[in-house]
Amino acid sequence: MIQFAIEIPYWGQSLLRVLGGLVAVLLPAGTIVYLFLFKMMSFMQSRLGPMEAGPYGSLQLVAEVGKWMQKEDLAPDAADHRIFKMAPLIVLLSTFLLVVIVPFGPDAYFTNFSVGIFLGLAVASVSVLGILIAGWASANKYALLGGLRAAGQLIAYELPMVLAVLGVVIQAGSMNMQEITVAQNTGSWFGLDWFGSPFIVTQFVGFVIFMIAVQAELTQAPFDMPIAESELVSGYMTEYSGFRFLIFFIAEFATAGVFAFIASVLFLGGWGIPFSWFGWDNIDQVPDWMNLVGPLIMFTKMLVLTFIIMWVRFSFPRFREDQLQTFAWKVLIPLALLNTAITAILKVAF
Amino acid sequence: MNALILATDNVNVAQNVAFGIIAAVMIFAALSVVTTKNVVHAALWLVMVLAGVAAQYVLAAAEFVAVSQVLVYIGAVMVLFLFGIMLTRAQIGKETGLNNKGWALGIPVALVLFGLLAWVIVDAFGDDVLPDRGPAPTVMLSDQFLSIYLLPFIAISFVLLAAAIGAIVLARKD
Repeated sequence: MIQFAIEIPYWGQSLLRVLGGLVAVLLPAGTIVYLFLFKMMSFMQSRLGPMEAGPYGSLQLVAEVGKWMQKEDLAPDAADHRIFKMAPLIVLLSTFLLVVIVPFGPDAYFTNFSVGIFLGLAVASVSVLGILIAGWASANKYALLGGLRAAGQLIAYELPMVLAVLGVVIQAGSMNMQEITVAQNTGSWFGLDWFGSPFIVTQFVGFVIFMIAVQAELTQAPFDMPIAESELVSGYMTEYSGFRFLIFFIAEFATAGVFAFIASVLFLGGWGIPFSWFGWDNIDQVPDWMNLVGPLIMFTKMLVLTFIIMWVRFSFPRFREDQLQTFAWKVLIPLALLNTAITAILKVAF
Repeated sequence: MNALILATDNVNVAQNVAFGIIAAVMIFAALSVVTTKNVVHAALWLVMVLAGVAAQYVLAAAEFVAVSQVLVYIGAVMVLFLFGIMLTRAQIGKETGLNNKGWALGIPVALVLFGLLAWVIVDAFGDDVLPDRGPAPTVMLSDQFLSIYLLPFIAISFVLLAAAIGAIVLARKD
């Protein structure tokens, strides 16, 4: 591999990775909120959305954040104050731990963990803790009900997500996110290698299950029973205001972005372009400029996937609680198990 | 342990310092689990202990086990704990009557368990220095599970299956 012109010391690399992590979490969150939540939803509802702050309302987000930041840090009298204040941070922490596994280029990764995707699935479940104790510590029936609903839903949809990822892991033969990326970009179909072999084609069932599970993990409509505003006010977020609400809000959309990053690595080929285009055989031959192009490719794929997530969110009515659980346990999990079994059989057969 | 030992090269390395810090946090959290006056707080302190175990696994270069620890204990067991507590009793603030009469019995049991584990580990390894091999590849782990340890692996799976079926049978009313 071509070395960097300047060798970056270890502390410099670490600093770059921390800054990169902040960008990789906050930039998608801001983009999703402005592009999809403010503008796309408005257009789908035949209105303009925010237009006053900045050109086409593009600075609306800055205004909103400013508004939230200056509000008083309120907590209900009966609440368990310390836990109440800690809960949003746990949710945000889970998002930051999640982005750690995403590779953005041959060298532009946060950590090249050998069990990457497994770590991702593990830390994704930490956010449930934050949501549960947020609901409990608010000392509010609506909040507690919302927290319990959220926990039940997240537990139910974690399983299909893990099982859907299993198909990809079997096909790639690795849990490392870089190796999964490389496997897709060096693969070929029946000797044709001009398009690599993104797993969305062979693992289409897995992809659909994964995206549905992501939708449910994010508690986005049609899976927004935990924050159903017509019955629970705002679920576990009812008592939160000011910057603690802002943290929940950022975490929700940042997690959408990070899950979209993970889905694009698992199913869409990640940062890579088919290696045969430039005659690369393996990751060591990928030149350094891919570290700059890779993040752009990832960002584009992330936008496409979050567009689908938001499109579904704005289009479908809410599932009832029992429909939601039945769908996970009786449809998604058996389907995902079947998909895993068929993938394993085909992997051994070919 | 005296200052001479601390000054030698092999003891005062980053891993050992980190081990000490994490272990201290874990002991503090473990004591808080049994002394706190609130059930939810006890569960949250237990999360700290289990997260500390995961951190110790990372220090021991056992990546897969560490991640499994987070997935199983923090992501599943503790969430179910909290879920169960919140469905039944979940007061905010101090609770009374959390201890039963036999609470003091726990102390000798814990000491005996600690002594037993310490003795087993010292007996098995003694002063052996484990080879510095770096993290064990997950492939190696799975190869072991699916070859020489296959029988115990399947036996444990059956135990878990029996437990799951038993839970369903107990929970169903009809």
